[in-house]
Amino acid sequence: MAGNKDFQLACPLPPPAGDRIQLAHGGGGRLTRQLIEQIFLPAFSGLELDARHDGAVLPFEGARLAFTTDSFVVDPPVFPGGTIGDLAINGTVNDLAMCGAEPLHLSAAFILEEGFPVDTLRTVAESMRLAATRAGVGIVTGDTKVVDRGKGGGVFISTSGIGVVRTPSAVDPRRVTPGDAVLLSGDIGSHSVAILSVRGGLEFDSPVTSDTVSLWPAVDALIRAGIEIHCLRDATRGGVATALNEIASTAGISITVNESEVPVTEPVRGASEILGLDPLYMANEGRFLAIVPQSDGARALETLRGIGVSSGARMIGRVTEGGRPRVTLRSPIGGMRVLDMLSGEQLPRIC
Amino acid sequence: MKYVDEYRDPAAARALISAIARVARRDWTVMEVCGGQTHTLLKSGILQLLPAGITLVHGPGCPVCVTPLEQIDKALEIAARRQVIFCSFGDMLRVPGSAGSLFDAKAAGGDVRIVYSPLDAVNLARDNPRRQVVFFAVGFETTAPANAVAVEQAGRTGLRNFSILSAHVLVPPALEAILQSPGCRVQGFLAPGHVCAVTGLRDYERIAETYRVPIVVTGFEPVDLLDGIRLLVEQLERGSAAVENQYSRVVRTAGNPAAQDAVSRVFEICPRKWRGIGEIPASGLRLRAAYREFDAEVRFNLAATGVAEPPECISGLVLQGIRKPHECSAFGIRCTPETPMGAPMVSSEGACAAYYLYGRQ
Repeated sequence: MAGNKDFQLACPLPPPAGDRIQLAHGGGGRLTRQLIEQIFLPAFSGLELDARHDGAVLPFEGARLAFTTDSFVVDPPVFPGGTIGDLAINGTVNDLAMCGAEPLHLSAAFILEEGFPVDTLRTVAESMRLAATRAGVGIVTGDTKVVDRGKGGGVFISTSGIGVVRTPSAVDPRRVTPGDAVLLSGDIGSHSVAILSVRGGLEFDSPVTSDTVSLWPAVDALIRAGIEIHCLRDATRGGVATALNEIASTAGISITVNESEVPVTEPVRGASEILGLDPLYMANEGRFLAIVPQSDGARALETLRGIGVSSGARMIGRVTEGGRPRVTLRSPIGGMRVLDMLSGEQLPRIC
Repeated sequence: MKYVDEYRDPAAARALISAIARVARRDWTVMEVCGGQTHTLLKSGILQLLPAGITLVHGPGCPVCVTPLEQIDKALEIAARRQVIFCSFGDMLRVPGSAGSLFDAKAAGGDVRIVYSPLDAVNLARDNPRRQVVFFAVGFETTAPANAVAVEQAGRTGLRNFSILSAHVLVPPALEAILQSPGCRVQGFLAPGHVCAVTGLRDYERIAETYRVPIVVTGFEPVDLLDGIRLLVEQLERGSAAVENQYSRVVRTAGNPAAQDAVSRVFEICPRKWRGIGEIPASGLRLRAAYREFDAEVRFNLAATGVAEPPECISGLVLQGIRKPHECSAFGIRCTPETPMGAPMVSSEGACAAYYLYGRQ
């Protein structure tokens, strides 16, 4: 130490607001939200988009139609437990299910890169056929474009879907009220770990497979059991933590989660420990949160556990009153902390 | 999960919290040196469960946070070059330099890649002989051995297109700088377990003796930290200033001699600027003359930029444990993980990010 005056207590000014899209703008966290709020909502302001839901519910000749769209860019296109095609079907089916809607018809549009192997495309298409059959939906229209080599990521798929809302009253985060029970349909993180395990640069043997699946059977069971559903949200990009924060902020309530109630399998825990990633922020493709009145909580849990895709359901927390909307996590040793939205991309740490 | 579950056991944690409450008769201020320890303290909510008289201040042990602005600016300059593949651990990508971050460089067309090991970067160099592959060698004594091995491997296999940008820093000189600071409040240290696993305890024994300060080498799980705090408070209460090893399942007294040898074959000690703190003599590592050709600063002929860090945030005080993150007027308002003013808001090991993520009210 050359002298204590050498301690210059300084730090740089923030960089100018980014003028280019970064990967984190697509990560499902705070930057995605900023993009929606600052660019898309002002341009497309409509009542349905304002609800910040997975899909739009549109009254049509006495029925309530749900309409949604989603794009899939996962790399690699084939991974343990599924393909980009499975995600494209189940993702859109689940967006409809999260509106309380029975999925009916889907469209599928492909953007293919010059040089993409036809064999892989055949595998993807076959997995879409199987996933659609399992989900009970038809792929009724489609489109194909091919871009120059180097201008696309092999295969991108965009699907849109129409369904009919089957819940007696609207599924809407704004109906969430203090006291409600928060249910999670199963263990989290396996889709992310399955993808990470095959992505370039990361070598570990992992028996983990993606959880990609249609969630409609679980939602259907809740509706048939007469459960009053306040909110449904699939925990895709940004994971359970981000989904809970979105609900809290839209509903203007707070949520308290017991960390020890959140199911994580041993292989996913192991991978998270090695990589320094938090399963609560990992993307899932077959898991959802259901928020129901306290009085329906136990019955909803029992109903979900009776269905294959949600047999690992747990009641993970409660909705509470709360000044500023936020999500709080109770750690296993009893400490409380804020569970924030994902900020930027989840980055593997250094040491 | 073995070696994890027993160190997160709620009953064991509660027993240690009671034990600390029993032994602590006076108020004590102690520093956990490593950012990984800071995050566990906040993530598990330990800080709220400790007796009110025990204050934890958060040390400078976050390599991302202390990497100086000028090294980040050099990284940005290299990453912008067309022939370069710039490799880094993920944490570094969001840290702001004078003009944007490596994420911005990537968005602007730079080939910036996240790797999990320096050897991945060596492999990239081998597979891309027409490109220059540069690895951003940041970190404390923990990451230096693997980086040394990567440079040796590049040397042995005659790789002419691999180099590192070194921003390595050493823990003991930083602890001495903190102890010599006039505002120093720290009465004891929880020393960084993984650093000590490499270096051993010798430097810490010297510091404990010279400055009459107790040091407990501590792990990273909740039970480790509580056990470390208990041992430290016991020493403080009885006026002891010894080095104890709480993390003996990982740390040996002599450290890891093979790793130490690799580091000293490749690196030599140099003065290093610490972001927000200033230059600390003999606190960094640079490549030895024999390996100078693998030094990216030499290969790309980068001059010292001499950038000034405008006095805006208090990260220097935070990194020395003089102030807490939420005592900064910019905290959570003008300074957030999306718009970080200082590096401690960026890294998963940064104290400000830990407060923002887990403790914001």
